[in-house]
Amino acid sequence: MTKGVDKQITLESASAYFHNGMSLMVGGFGGVGAPPTLVNLILEKNINDIFLISNDTGFPWIGPGKLITEKRVKKLIASHIGSNPEAGKQMQEGTLEVEFVPQGTLAEKIRAGGMGLGGILVDVGLGTVVEANKEKVTVENKEYMIEPALTADVAIVYAKKADRYGNLIYDKSARNTNPLVATAGQITIAEVEEIVPVGSLDPEEIITPGVFIDYIIQSKGVDWKWVWELKQGTGSQEEQPSK
Amino acid sequence: MGLGIETRHRIARRAALEISNGMIVNLGIGIPTLVADYIENDLHIMLHTENGILGMGGSPEAGSEDGNLSNAGGYPVSIQPGASYFDSATAFGIIRKGLLDVTILGALEVSERGDIANWIVPGKRVPGMGGAIDLAQKAKKVIILMNHTDKYGNPKIVRSCSLPLTVKEGADMIITEKAVFHCEDGKLVLREIMSPYTVEDVIETTGAPIVVDEHISVFQ
Repeated sequence: MTKGVDKQITLESASAYFHNGMSLMVGGFGGVGAPPTLVNLILEKNINDIFLISNDTGFPWIGPGKLITEKRVKKLIASHIGSNPEAGKQMQEGTLEVEFVPQGTLAEKIRAGGMGLGGILVDVGLGTVVEANKEKVTVENKEYMIEPALTADVAIVYAKKADRYGNLIYDKSARNTNPLVATAGQITIAEVEEIVPVGSLDPEEIITPGVFIDYIIQSKGVDWKWVWELKQGTGSQEEQPSK
Repeated sequence: MGLGIETRHRIARRAALEISNGMIVNLGIGIPTLVADYIENDLHIMLHTENGILGMGGSPEAGSEDGNLSNAGGYPVSIQPGASYFDSATAFGIIRKGLLDVTILGALEVSERGDIANWIVPGKRVPGMGGAIDLAQKAKKVIILMNHTDKYGNPKIVRSCSLPLTVKEGADMIITEKAVFHCEDGKLVLREIMSPYTVEDVIETTGAPIVVDEHISVFQ
C-alpha cells in the first residue's frame, strides 16, 4: 500500500516549511535527541520570532539552545532553561517570554496534542505557583488543574532509523520527548540517521508509526561537542547545571 | 557551594543507607548523583531518569561514552541488566503514578513542615522547575541533600520558606553536612549528628525548632 509513498525530501525542500513567527516544537532532552541538521537549517534560513516549545533549551551550543543563542526565539514554553544561561539572560532582559511547565505535565500536554485530546487533568503543582490562573475541576473528590493540549505549526524530531514511509525508531535515551513531539505538529519533519526501504523494519520495533510523519530528511549528524566532552578530564559530574 | 568533596561524599554515603533492596530510585543532580557510588553492590535497585531510562548504571569507561545514552543532566551513563528505555511521558507516568520509592533532591530551602523550595530565586536565578515538582510531589519518599546554611551562613532549614515552593510538606528527610533530620508530623526530628558537629552547632544554625531524639547517634 505504501509502495509509492516516499517521504524523504531534501534539506532545501524542508526549508519551505519554516517561517517567521512559526510555533516550533523540538524533540530532545538537554539537547540529547535534538535534530542537529534541522536546527542548523532554521538558523541558515534566518527564521525569526519563533514560538518554541521544548522540554528545555539544551546548552547554548547544543540543540534548540542554538536558536536561543542566535536570538531567534521570542516566546518559549519549557520546563527548564538552567543549562542555557543565554536563555536566562534574555528572559531577565525581557526579550524572551518564558512559560515554565513541570516536565511531566509538559510531556503530557504535548502527548495530548498529538493524540487529538483537548487537554489533561493533572494535580502536579497544586499548592505552588503552577496553580496560578489554572482552571480547576474536581473529579471523584480529587482536585485537578486543566492543562490544555499543545500542538505546533511545525514539529522536528531526531530518529536513529526510518523507512521511507516515516516509521521511526529512536536510539536509547535519545528517544525522550521525540515520540511525543513527532505526533504534535501540523507538519512533522523527522531528521534520521539511517533511512531504509519500506518493509525492512520489523513492525514490532517501530516506536512512531509513519502516519504521524510528513517528511523525513537525512541527518548530517551531531555537530556539537557534548558538555562531558568539553569537561573531560575534570572527572566530575557535579559541575553540571542543576535541574 | 562551600562543601568540600569529602563532605559531599559523606552526605551521599549517608543517603545511600536509605536505599534498600528492590527500590525504584531517582537521583537528582549534584550531591544526589554521588549517592549511586555508595549503594551496596548486592542490592537490586532500579535507577530511574526523567529522560527515559529505568535501570540506569554508572558512568561508562572513558572513551566508550555514547552521546545518546545519558542521564537527565546530559552526562553519559550505562545501563544495568533489565533496563528499559521509554519516552518522557512514560518516564513521568512512572513518577506520577507513585512508582518511585525514593527521590533524592537538592534544595534551596526546606521548612520545618517539609515544604521544599528548589527551583527558583525570583529575579536572580530562574532555571525552571524541570521535573522537580513532579518528583517532590509524587515519590513515596523524598530525601533532601543540601548545605546546612547558605553561602552567607544563613540557615536553609527555616520555619517557612521565603522562596516559591516546589512542593508543600513534601520532604521526608533532610541530610546536611551537620545533621540528619526526619520530617515527622510537621516537626523536624534530629536523629543523627554528622561528626564532628554537635547538637548545639545544629540548633544554632537551623532556622526552625528542632526535636532532638533521645537516641541521637553520630554518623562518621
